[in-house]
Amino acid sequence: MANDILRVQDVHISFAEERKSFLEKRKIREVLKGVSFTMREGEVLGLVGESGCGKSTLAKAILGLSHPDKGNIEHFSEHPQMVFQDPYGSLNPAKKIGWILEEPLRIKGGFTPQERREKALAMLKKVGLEETIADRYPNQLSGGQRQRVCIGAALMLSPKLLIADEAVSALDVTIQAQILELLLSLKEEMGLAILFISHDMRVVYQMSDRVIIMKDGEIVERGDVDSVYFNPQHPYTRTLLEAAGIIEDEER
Amino acid sequence: MKKKKSKNFIIGATITGIMLILVMIGCIWTPYDPEAMDVNLKLSGVSLSHIMGCDNFGRDIFSRVLKGSGTTLFVAVGTVFIGSFFGIVIGAFTGYYGGILDEILMRINDALFAFPSILLGLVFISLLGSGKYNVIVALGIAFIPSFARIVRSEFIRCKNMDYVRSAKLAGAGDLRIMFVHILPNTMNVMLSSIMIGFNNAVLAEAGMSYLGIGVQPPDASLGRMLSEAQSYLFSAPGYAIFPGVVLILMVLGFSLLAEGVKEN
Repeated sequence: MANDILRVQDVHISFAEERKSFLEKRKIREVLKGVSFTMREGEVLGLVGESGCGKSTLAKAILGLSHPDKGNIEHFSEHPQMVFQDPYGSLNPAKKIGWILEEPLRIKGGFTPQERREKALAMLKKVGLEETIADRYPNQLSGGQRQRVCIGAALMLSPKLLIADEAVSALDVTIQAQILELLLSLKEEMGLAILFISHDMRVVYQMSDRVIIMKDGEIVERGDVDSVYFNPQHPYTRTLLEAAGIIEDEER
Repeated sequence: MKKKKSKNFIIGATITGIMLILVMIGCIWTPYDPEAMDVNLKLSGVSLSHIMGCDNFGRDIFSRVLKGSGTTLFVAVGTVFIGSFFGIVIGAFTGYYGGILDEILMRINDALFAFPSILLGLVFISLLGSGKYNVIVALGIAFIPSFARIVRSEFIRCKNMDYVRSAKLAGAGDLRIMFVHILPNTMNVMLSSIMIGFNNAVLAEAGMSYLGIGVQPPDASLGRMLSEAQSYLFSAPGYAIFPGVVLILMVLGFSLLAEGVKEN
């Protein structure tokens, strides 16, 4: 059995809501209400739920961008990375692609400019882009190309854990398929564990080994993709599957 | 992907370019010594030997305009440099970190903002004394608040972008994120506000010299010349017109350039 790469134990996170008037008492909204799960090395874990159910909050907490009020998050990857939803906001518009890819190495230090350049060009090739793209600016690339660059930049430090937060939701369907394929092949090649966050049941089925269904900050169902999809226990899972047109086909 | 430059940009760049060339010529060569007086030529009009005429001391106005626009520009550059440098530092820290430091500095900023920058300049001049370099320091300090505010709002816009998050994930420190990742993205806005800053600085310098507290005689500056010319408006209109036209062209050039930068 592979080792654990991520352990999330009973995580609670809440935010104070904006006050409408000065006199009103601050309302506390609990976004995550005791979430626990573990991820093993090299597996793809799908995380499904409607928008606002706390998926992105969970992702940020895992990466240490926000801190849980209660509970414990442990990961065993040196530089866990994230691929964001919006490929337009996640690349610095003032920098060339080559610079963006080299940046993690520059921060880490210990590489000569030549080594950095070589590694950046190799990464471009790995994510299926031409080397000439290194000298372009993000606004000269298409959404699919940008997302490839984002994936490349996230993998520059060879992390063992990658979080993909709605990484293909902003792309059109044909590009989506290509990016998913790329993620899967990189996973095989680099032994990545991917936490694949999405609201798209079909995409999650295609990607994941196991799946977690979240609703209102709680996990309502979890298990192997096949057992969850073809034998859903929770009514919410059923609703999601019906909405995606996956169960209907089964029953008729 | 080449964008067509706007008309404003082209005209602004042309005017500014011509001005810069004139200033540079003024630094190395003027047709007459700008401080040489000749009583016989006192307030003489336009002639072939003195193409802009002479002033009340018989000094060649063209030479003084060349020299004076250099002084004016020097003061403007110095002012904008001081204002934008400290403005960027203050704006970056307050915008990026927010919180109590932001509140305190921005309230001070608001208080400074309540005064017109020329009035603030006057206050500092009265503390520092007049003279070219003191004008630069005084106006520079007076210009900090507006730059700080612009940079701060840009930093607030950028600091929650995903590219800042991924830089954080890659392990970048706060200073690196502020000055390597975010600052280049504020350049568009900064460039046009620097241009507008130049304008205001040129006008403020002229205004202060006009009031007699800026550049001191015998140094020439455009504002200084205008102030001296006002007694001779009817007897020698050229004395006021030529420095005035140069001043207008300088400001117009920067304004158009600022517009052009904004459009591009």
